Amino acid sequence: MSERILIEGNEAVALALKLIDPDVVAAYPITPATEVVQKFSEYVADGEVGTEFVAVESEHSAMSACIGASTAGGRVMTATSSQGLGLMWEMLYIAASLRAPITMAVANRALSGNINIHCDHSDSMGARDAGWIQLFSENTQEIFDNMIQAIRIAEHPDVRLPAMVCYDGFVISHAREVIDSLSKDEVQEFVGQYEPQLSLLDMEAKTVGPLDLQDFYFEHKRSQAEGYVAIPRVIEEVGQEFGQKFGRSYGLVEEYKMEGADVALVALGSTNGTIKDVVDSMQESGKKVGLLKIRSFRPFPADLIKQSLSKVKAVGVFDRSMTFGGWGNPLFNEIRSVMYGGNGQAIPILDRIYGLGGREISMAEIEEYADEVLAVAKGEQAEVIDYIGVR
Amino acid sequence: MSKIKSDACWQDLPDGGIIPEGATSAEFKTGDWRSEKPIWHEDRCIQCLQCWINCPDSSILVAEQKMTGIDYDHCKGCGICASVCPPKANAITMESE
Ligand code: SF4
Ligand code: SF4
Repeated sequence: MSERILIEGNEAVALALKLIDPDVVAAYPITPATEVVQKFSEYVADGEVGTEFVAVESEHSAMSACIGASTAGGRVMTATSSQGLGLMWEMLYIAASLRAPITMAVANRALSGNINIHCDHSDSMGARDAGWIQLFSENTQEIFDNMIQAIRIAEHPDVRLPAMVCYDGFVISHAREVIDSLSKDEVQEFVGQYEPQLSLLDMEAKTVGPLDLQDFYFEHKRSQAEGYVAIPRVIEEVGQEFGQKFGRSYGLVEEYKMEGADVALVALGSTNGTIKDVVDSMQESGKKVGLLKIRSFRPFPADLIKQSLSKVKAVGVFDRSMTFGGWGNPLFNEIRSVMYGGNGQAIPILDRIYGLGGREISMAEIEEYADEVLAVAKGEQAEVIDYIGVR
Repeated sequence: MSKIKSDACWQDLPDGGIIPEGATSAEFKTGDWRSEKPIWHEDRCIQCLQCWINCPDSSILVAEQKMTGIDYDHCKGCGICASVCPPKANAITMESE
C-alpha cells in the first residue's frame, strides 16, 4: 500500500533497495552517496533483507564484485558517486560488455581537482560511453521510482544491460522530501523474479570475458550495440506499467508546458524542478517558454527530442559538466547533433554551463537565460556557448 | 550451442562475448607470437624438470615424469626454460625463428 513519507534522497535509494531485496550488494561508501550504503547495511544487519552485502575495499572492487555476482546469475545493485565512479571506470565497460544487468545509484558530484563534494554531472558524463543506461532523476520521488523501474529495464530479456540511476548530490541526496512509497509486496510483484540468461553456476561449461582480438572484437561490439535498440521501447513500457499500477507514469523525456512554446529549455536532473517554476511564472506573464526534461540520457531518445524541439524557434540547453577543449558540452552536443542531422530544421541552440561544484542556480538566472533564448528566437545574436553563475 | 565459425557475423555471436564452451585457451595458438624458439637437446637433458616447473605457458611436454619435448603451438619463446636449465646440462638453447 502506498504510504506518504518524509525521506532524504539517499534514504529513498536505500529504501528502494530494501524493497527490491537484491541477491547481492557490493558497495564502498563515498560522499554524497554514503548514506545509501550505510542505511542499507543496517537493513542487512537487522535481517530486513536477504541480500549478501559485500563490504569491499574500493569502488573498483565494488564493481568487480558486482560483475562477478551478476555473471553468477544474481540480481545485483550498488551505489556510488564522483571519484568512486571514476575508480570503477574500466569495470563499467566490462559490466556492459558482459551484458551484466547491474543497477547502480549515482549521486552526481563534481570530480577532483580541486576537491569538491557537491553536485555537477561530470561523473556520469565521464561514464556516458561505457554502455550503461543512464536515467536522471528530478527529485526524491523520481529516484525511488527510477530505482525500481531500472531493475525491470536492465533485466528485460531484450536489454540485459547495466543501468545507472543518477540524482543530484546534496541537492537531492541530502534533501528531505515527501514521497509516495510502496509496499514490499507491490515492489516485489513489479520487479518479479530475476531469470538470468547467463549464470556461471548452471554447470554448463562456458568462457566469460576471454581474449578477443582483431578477428571478433568488432563483431562483439556490433552485437552489443544492438542491445541498446530495444531500450527506449522498454523504458516506455516499464514507465507506463509503473503508472498504471502506482499512478506515476514515466517516459524517456518529459515535456513541460511545451504546448505553443516559442522556445524550449533543456536540462538534466534537479534543475528541471526550478526551471518548471520559472516556466510557470514566465508563461503567466505571456512569455512562451517551455521545458524539455531529459530523463534518459543513455540511450539518447533522438527521435522524441527532434519531434519535441522541432516545434520551437530556439533552444536553450543547460549543461552541468564541461568538455574541456571540445566545442560545446555533453547535453548540448547531443541535442545539436539530433537537431541538425537529416531533415532537421536549423534552429538556434544555445549552451550554458552552470552549477559546477554545487554552485547554486537561481530562478532569476534561469529567467535571464530564457529571455536571451526568446530574443535569439526573434533574430537577435547571442554567444552560442557561455556560462551562467560564474564570476 | 554449436561451435562459432571463424567467419561468423555479429548476429551469430552469443551475447556478452561469451564462448559457450570451457577450457578454450588450448585452442588459441599463442605459439605464432614467437620470435625465438627453444630447442631441446635430449642427449644432454638430465630430467631435472626445472624447465617444466618454470615455463609460464605450460609448454614443456612431460610424460611419465620425463620431459619429452616442447609444445610449439603454445610456446611463446620467452626463453625462461633455457635460462633455468642447469648450465652443465645446457639442454635447451634458443634460436631465431
Ligand atoms: S620458451 Fe618460454 S614458453 Fe617456450 S617452452 Fe620455454 S619457458 Fe615455455
Ligand atoms: S631444465 Fe634442462 S635438463 Fe632440466 S629437464 Fe629441462 S631441458 Fe632437461
